Amino acid sequence: MIDQIREQVKKVLKDLDGVVALRLTEQGTAPYLFQKADDLSQLVMEPRYPVSETTSKLQKRFKDAKIGIVARGCDTRALVEMAKRNQIDPTRLYIIGVSCSSELAEICHCAEPFPQIEQWPQAEIIGDPVPGAPPNPLVTKFENMPVNKRWEFWKAQFTKCIKCYGCRDICPVCFCEACALEDPLWVEPGLLVPDFPMYHLIKAMHMTTRCIACRQCETACPSGIPLTVLYDLIHSDVSELIGYKPGEDITANPPLSLTLADAPMESDLAY
Amino acid sequence: MDYKNIQTICPFCGCGCGLNLEVIDGEIVGVLPVSDHPVGRGSLCIKGWNAHSFVQHKDRLKTPLIREKGEFREAKWDEAFDLVAKKLKSIKSKHGSDSIGILTSAKCTNEENYLLQKFARVVIGTNSVDHCARL
Repeated sequence: MIDQIREQVKKVLKDLDGVVALRLTEQGTAPYLFQKADDLSQLVMEPRYPVSETTSKLQKRFKDAKIGIVARGCDTRALVEMAKRNQIDPTRLYIIGVSCSSELAEICHCAEPFPQIEQWPQAEIIGDPVPGAPPNPLVTKFENMPVNKRWEFWKAQFTKCIKCYGCRDICPVCFCEACALEDPLWVEPGLLVPDFPMYHLIKAMHMTTRCIACRQCETACPSGIPLTVLYDLIHSDVSELIGYKPGEDITANPPLSLTLADAPMESDLAY
Repeated sequence: MDYKNIQTICPFCGCGCGLNLEVIDGEIVGVLPVSDHPVGRGSLCIKGWNAHSFVQHKDRLKTPLIREKGEFREAKWDEAFDLVAKKLKSIKSKHGSDSIGILTSAKCTNEENYLLQKFARVVIGTNSVDHCARL
């Protein structure tokens, strides 16, 4: 499949200014902007990096550039949420979507390990989609815990936090210029361990209609906090309560940007 | 238009986590952890995530400054070293070796840190040596 991807990148580079993908050199693997003269045999797919964020950065910097991206399912979902919030210009973007392997889908507990490209003006897909993997077993385990145990669970997890802000920094849908996690009103500077549960709940709240389950935050966490258990649960709540799935539909407005009159909650769940 | 990542080692402590410096047209714009690095294993602490910010910072000192009558002026390295040597000598003879302490840095190599402790013990004559990575 990698040859197919390289071939396709070579083809689209005739009309684009560059394509964002991973490059393997003697130094290691990292995101790179491939251009016409580059050696495409260096293009690889592993390990995962937040390439959607890189693409957004480049589009913002080079206002006229037409850029392509070799994107997985999670990358395209991130691009959907970014496009809604003016972080990506779909008219200047070419997506080469790549389906993940079932092994990777298992590792990521990914429900949708393939890109949805129909809604993008310029996109194509390489590889056959594999079925989604079952949800993270920790989520089920957590759901069966009584409330007081849940509190203890998160307290024990969040006490491990070293406040590196890595979960925010690596997140493709965390792009606000002013971040509440850096506001002394909400987060006391210099305090370690950060306040439980405020610090992590602020992040979780801001993820409610954005998190596209790429799990980069969990991979980047030096303390091994299972952040996506929390985000997965919020994800299913948001989906159940207001029928919104982040990353699914580029035309669906994010609920937190609407008034309640625009998006009435249709649920009989009692809280 | 050029975007690449330069892999390097975090300069802030002795752990040695791998980080990628994101470079657009020669300007460092950010840091990404090295996913498969044997030390960091795709993670960084807050210092690593911000390891790039000093490089092109407008307040970064690029030349030694000497304070005269409360004001800093730019100086050449030779002049600055001469002044430091002169002052250290006079402090040592006036107040003794233990009035001086040496702080070394994780940004230096092992060899440079070795030299600094040697300098502290043999030249200055004090055991007051410490290191920022011990924090």
